[in-house]
Amino acid sequence: MLPTATAAAFAGDNPMPGEGRVASRLDSMQYLNEVVVVERTTSRDAVIPAQRLGGKKLESLNALSVADAIRYFSGAQIKDYGGVGGIKSIDIRSMGTNHVGVFYDGLQLGNAQNGQIDLGKFSLDNIEEISMYNGQKSNIFQSAKDFGAAGTIYLRTRQPHFTAGKRTNVKLTMRTGSFGLANPSLLLEQKLSDRVSANVSAEYIYATGRYKFRYHKVFSDGTLAWDTTATRRNGDIHSLRVEAGVFGRIDEGKWNLKAYFYDSDKGIPGAIVNNVWKNSQRQWDCNFFVQGQLQKRLGERYRLQVNAKYARDYMRYLNPDTTLMYIDNKFWQQECYISTAHNYAIISDVWDANLSVDYQWNTLDATLRDFAYPTRHSVLAALATAAQLSRFKVQASVLGTFVFDRAQAVAASGSRYMRHSSRHEFTPAVFASYRALSGKSNVLDFRAFVKRAFRMPTFNDLYYTDMGNASLRPEMVDQYDLGLQYTFSNTDKHAFFHGFKLSADGYYNHVTDKIIAVPKGNGQYRWLMMNLGQVRIWGADVTAQANLRLPGDVYVDASLAYTFQSARDFSDPTDTADEAGTYKGQIAYIPRHSGSAVLHGAWRSIDLNYSFIYVGERYDNSSNIRANYVQPWYTHDISAGYTITLGGVKMKAQMEVNNLFDQQYEVIRNYPMPGRNYKLTLSVTI
Amino acid sequence: MDCYLCGTFFKKTNRMRLLKILHIALLLTVLAACRHDDEIFIPERVEVSKPEYTAISGFYLLNEGNMGSNKCTLDYYDYTSGVYSRNIYGSANPSVPKELGDVGNDLAIYGSRLYAVVNCSNKVEVMDAATCVRIGQIDIPNCRYIKFHGGYAYVTSYAGPVVIDPEYEQLGFVAKIDTLTLKEEARCIVGFQPDGLEIVDGKIYVANSGGYRVPNYERRISVIDLTTFKVEEEIDIDINLQYVCCDTRGGLWISSRGDYVESTSKLFCYDVRKRRLIAEIDVPVSDMTLVGDSLYIVSNAWSNVTQSAVPSYSIVDVNRKEVVSENFITDGTDAIIRKPYGIAVNPLTHDIYVTDARNYVNPGYLYCFSSDGVQRWNVRTGDIPAHIAFCER
Repeated sequence: MLPTATAAAFAGDNPMPGEGRVASRLDSMQYLNEVVVVERTTSRDAVIPAQRLGGKKLESLNALSVADAIRYFSGAQIKDYGGVGGIKSIDIRSMGTNHVGVFYDGLQLGNAQNGQIDLGKFSLDNIEEISMYNGQKSNIFQSAKDFGAAGTIYLRTRQPHFTAGKRTNVKLTMRTGSFGLANPSLLLEQKLSDRVSANVSAEYIYATGRYKFRYHKVFSDGTLAWDTTATRRNGDIHSLRVEAGVFGRIDEGKWNLKAYFYDSDKGIPGAIVNNVWKNSQRQWDCNFFVQGQLQKRLGERYRLQVNAKYARDYMRYLNPDTTLMYIDNKFWQQECYISTAHNYAIISDVWDANLSVDYQWNTLDATLRDFAYPTRHSVLAALATAAQLSRFKVQASVLGTFVFDRAQAVAASGSRYMRHSSRHEFTPAVFASYRALSGKSNVLDFRAFVKRAFRMPTFNDLYYTDMGNASLRPEMVDQYDLGLQYTFSNTDKHAFFHGFKLSADGYYNHVTDKIIAVPKGNGQYRWLMMNLGQVRIWGADVTAQANLRLPGDVYVDASLAYTFQSARDFSDPTDTADEAGTYKGQIAYIPRHSGSAVLHGAWRSIDLNYSFIYVGERYDNSSNIRANYVQPWYTHDISAGYTITLGGVKMKAQMEVNNLFDQQYEVIRNYPMPGRNYKLTLSVTI
Repeated sequence: MDCYLCGTFFKKTNRMRLLKILHIALLLTVLAACRHDDEIFIPERVEVSKPEYTAISGFYLLNEGNMGSNKCTLDYYDYTSGVYSRNIYGSANPSVPKELGDVGNDLAIYGSRLYAVVNCSNKVEVMDAATCVRIGQIDIPNCRYIKFHGGYAYVTSYAGPVVIDPEYEQLGFVAKIDTLTLKEEARCIVGFQPDGLEIVDGKIYVANSGGYRVPNYERRISVIDLTTFKVEEEIDIDINLQYVCCDTRGGLWISSRGDYVESTSKLFCYDVRKRRLIAEIDVPVSDMTLVGDSLYIVSNAWSNVTQSAVPSYSIVDVNRKEVVSENFITDGTDAIIRKPYGIAVNPLTHDIYVTDARNYVNPGYLYCFSSDGVQRWNVRTGDIPAHIAFCER
């Protein structure tokens, strides 16, 4: 299933169509050996490449959602509340979830309400590639938003590609297994003309979300003190996703339009505490967006990109538990977004400059009493330049962000009035790389970046009834990174060692003005958001990949990722009284050591995969005492897939066993995770 | 052909072996940082003061723990050894799954038993007051505060019957529990979200908060007749009431939390004999305790002007009905207290205990002051230290 050049041209973050090397890169990615690429680069390419998961490798990982797959990246931590419907959010390099930008087919997914994207909502069914960039995608021809986040995840959906003579592709998939999972999906791809193709993808997920979990404690001599097993309840989910897209090529350019719809009804399983083994809170989500993208070269030196999006989101939270406060809140968000990027080649393939300007409008409506009904206008402008001088590659950008909010407020007299506020920030970034070795099979790059980024206070931070604080400033983060990447690719295609890649980065992040909840005055658990936090993060990311070719058509690829993070809380220098002091304590839920290993083998039509994830010991609080200690966890997953092709129909079966050794663990305290579980996937491609 | 393949294969196996070794090495490193079985928490003992011998042998302190954390814990201070023991419930009750529970809200000793009201675990835990060993539990959803009278425990709860109504409303209740059988015998429906209660002259006075009905807070004290166990009267006081306690002259001291915006937290005195409000004192109250004629109060009033909380430590003379001390901490050590949250006073020595909840999610502190307001010692506690019960010999 080699893609054609057409497919390559539509690849989300690749530059322009008609460039042969792009196609070759995608080929290799689609095929087994994604690392074996050595190519000439230009000022247009990303200075620092991404960590990527795509193709068969992504298919073989026992991942249901995007969040499950991102766990394999070095530097990423997932907050996982367990189960099929549980919230899963990502934190890159300990800077916090709100600093992560998630892009879906090139446009950022927004949530002006709380700034967090639940990656558990995005199934892998229609995802072709996931890439993660630290800092930003260091490719200047992009929207201003791409320059914004401190870390970015790009999700690229499957683009239509057709083998010679075919005009229609149909793929039917059915997944089932533990948790009462029923997950059918359908993909239709249609070639409309030589230049235009379309696709429709739909997926339904139902799961009871039930699983057994066990808690136990022992005496210091190891004898059992108590042991209890229960069933996780209220983790059920029904969800429907429908997406449709049209993809076209024009002279010296390409365009696409897509619509996305997601609707879900799920239980919120909640914390398991003494005497409470079941909860009843529920959440409904409905997300809809349409977006379009156009890229075109005009003349020899000028390229233009236009992005536009309209999104509507609905969320309802219900607490029907009559022993607690009854809550039935509804929230509606709207977003309009338009972006243009203008790239000018000052010296072709050597020196480029880019100007991007984005405008965005957000509103939030809610059924809360005394709600602020905020509206936000944002203007982002990025000026960037990239140059390549023999072995040096450098890119510099500065992003200006201007945010204007309007929200209702209640005056002391009780009358309501409109409160206007504005915030602006300028955030520069410099990315550089030096190619120390550029042999036919050996490439060694050194790279570095310095970047300042921030997160705007969200609508919840600013205006949430009672807790919000309209005087918040943006939360800032300064990032410094130094690393290298070595790639070996064997010119002898029949050799044992096909390719090898090693990358290592050391970094330092400094988060200041961190927005944290602090206790507010009298009364219980009343909080206020304030710019009081400060975190210093020293870390290292190491990844290694090797591709082997064994005799008898056996291909093996192995990858390792290791992350070290010393993410310490510098918020309160006076909190040092004893070992429970938070000053310089490791922040909540960030392990010092974590990592993953994946071993994937393919022999003709059989794929085998083994993957291992390790997350070291953590504390649920920056007070690093035993009472706050959370155990390390590690899971072993295996899968086997078999593909047969009969008369042009490709059929695939994949069996997975996750958490093979049935470890009973928690990612977040009191949220037990599933033990050993199974999944079976059957797909038919016509 | 075969030979060629074999040759290649064997040459390569060396590399494979190397890879295998590397893989095993990695696994070993990983396993070194392995999980271990969760052990029962062994109490941490800290010597904080010199031994002291009075008719009060010690006190229990209940740490609330933040919601969802299941970190409600019990600490014990032993006067006869001067040792403070943190987190004693687990080792005293090693067979109880998930320990004491989620969000402690009140603590009291009655007879030989210790009662902990655990709000989000929907239960009152009943323990032996001498050993802290569990005797049983009383299931009461969303339970808040407890008081005793004539062999019965009375517990307030937010979770009364649901009224099906577009404006969803739910009254609270007071449960009557036989302390011998630990069985709930009756329920008396009161106002919205009842909190503190006091029993005087055959009547239960219940402070209703209406905390779930922001901004339409409750204003009433519900008066329950003990014999009929029915509400016989409702008294309008102020919004968002929290605590009630009665002095020896029939003065019922009632605190209101205010609405946290315009209406500030205040203190009221209602004469239960004359049946009228006799004093209103402009002093904010987070927690209060009455010993003799002194009502000791800690507070953390929020100032919208400075966007910060202003802690205060005051004493109200219930006889004169006025603030007699604006700050009972006399040595300036109040500067280190972040968020005064709970207060208790040893009825014999008049030593004052102030708990500091700090930021709610980190361990708090307990400060001990002599009766003249000089700090004697302090000790780290569990999360959100709040409620203290003294053990008499």
